[in-house]
Amino acid sequence: MQRWQQYAFFAVWLVLLASTPLWASNYIVRLAITIAMFTALTLSWNFIGGFAGYPSFSTAAFFGLGCYVGALSQRAGVPMVLAWAIATLFVGAFAAALGAIILRLRGHYFAIGSIGVVEVVRLLVSSWGSVTGGGDGLNLPLLSGGPNAVARIFLLAMILIMLAAFLTTVWVDRSRLGFGLRCIQQNEDAANMVGVNTTRYKIIAYTLSALFCGTVGASYASWTGYIDPTESFSILMSIKIPVMCLLGGPGTVLGAVIGTAAFTLLEEVFWVNFLDYNRAILGAVIVILIFFLPGGLLAISYRDIAGRVAKLSVWRKAPA
Amino acid sequence: MTSILVAEKLSRNFGGIQAIDDLSFALIEGEIVALIGPNGAGKTTLVNLLTGVIRPSSGRIRFEGEDVTAQRPFEAARRGLARTFQIVQPFPRMTVLENVAAGALFGGAQPSVAAAMDIARELLEFMELAPFADRPASALTLAGRKRLELAKSMAMRPKVMMLDEVNAGLNSSEINGALRLIRQIAERGVTILIIEHLMKVVMSLAERVLVLHHGRLIAEGSAANMVRDKKVIEAYLGEKFARRFTVEAASG
Repeated sequence: MQRWQQYAFFAVWLVLLASTPLWASNYIVRLAITIAMFTALTLSWNFIGGFAGYPSFSTAAFFGLGCYVGALSQRAGVPMVLAWAIATLFVGAFAAALGAIILRLRGHYFAIGSIGVVEVVRLLVSSWGSVTGGGDGLNLPLLSGGPNAVARIFLLAMILIMLAAFLTTVWVDRSRLGFGLRCIQQNEDAANMVGVNTTRYKIIAYTLSALFCGTVGASYASWTGYIDPTESFSILMSIKIPVMCLLGGPGTVLGAVIGTAAFTLLEEVFWVNFLDYNRAILGAVIVILIFFLPGGLLAISYRDIAGRVAKLSVWRKAPA
Repeated sequence: MTSILVAEKLSRNFGGIQAIDDLSFALIEGEIVALIGPNGAGKTTLVNLLTGVIRPSSGRIRFEGEDVTAQRPFEAARRGLARTFQIVQPFPRMTVLENVAAGALFGGAQPSVAAAMDIARELLEFMELAPFADRPASALTLAGRKRLELAKSMAMRPKVMMLDEVNAGLNSSEINGALRLIRQIAERGVTILIIEHLMKVVMSLAERVLVLHHGRLIAEGSAANMVRDKKVIEAYLGEKFARRFTVEAASG
């Protein structure tokens, strides 16, 4: 797909999500909020996992920290949107400092280290009860207005965060940062040798992968009105986000968007139709998709498929 | 004549092994110098030291008068110290053009991706790789990949280029092509340090030869003198080659 086609696809998708309150049920609007939220997270992961090729599982740590920093700020009387900004900056600074240490690891070791981060932060938050409320969690001030109005506000917020993450992706994709990250992804030593400051680039990518998670976490906390350590630092989220990105096509502009949409919609379909076996079926679908589509949905040559179908029909019509 | 790259009493040991031992030499701006020696002599270690991949245990490296002993590889690249690898290191899934553009963008400090692409296109023309510009680097033959390494280094606008066995594994017509390219690169004013096992290449290119053995510089001089040097024959060339060479030289 050409770059402009990817941008156009995203624009259409954004309008579709944003317009759900006008034409769809509350259930669909809620689904649209979830999709926008997860798309922002997946686009974030794409910076470190897709462009730089570092398999990070820290998403839940960034998201959870965002939840807590946002919630604590709001409880201290900071206005909601300002609290989100504080959470964003805090999580970004946290990732930059952490990245300087953890990005010395490569491959599997980095992956394990990044999982460790989630657990350590979760334990810190749940043990530090005097500040974080520990296992009891925290309540947040709810927005006034009816559920419909509130849903619209958070739909808009999540879509704006998603848009910011997408625009950042577009910029990275075309800039020397993105070029350098792709070099690192393919051969880190060679990248260093052609003059890429690999340490600096990796830290920037890791920080970018955290920033929007912080914003998303804080606004999620404001949306639900209650957070606790188990849900905020869910290891399942750290796994789902990379899977969504791999499903769509890592290291591309649109892959994260398509992957998130496909995954979330599949998940909904299986929840609705196969309540008992939905996880198993979803797992099987993921394995099959990633096994047969290592480059993700974006890498399929649709022209190739059309050609094969055409050939098949000609072959069928031919006399035996 | 000014020296551009100077090593002063360089040493590097790996555990108990003295890979480079109290080594001093200087490269003069614009010359082609060959570095020869038996396997394990420390040739690649020396290049790794000069480009910041590893740090010396003691000693200093100066580049254009500046102390660069503690530099990191990307800093070496930006300063103009380029190297190619004995085992080629392309970005396999990028196109040939993008590979070269990477060198221009980062090492060559081009202001934008587009400018780097332009430089890369010119260089591919020069390196006779233009027909492969849009192929992935992994699709090239070994000779092509070695030339891609050269093009990538050239894109960094280097002042000194260290070529680590760029001819290993090539057939003789490919070697002749590579020799022509290296001469053309030198004509652009690039100082070249070439690590080579093929004496044919050394004899035809190098103005000066450094001979390394057990991490020490055992001899230094013109190629013709080196093949007559007792120590070099003992350590590296062997009696047979030296005799054959002397005979060949005598018969013209």
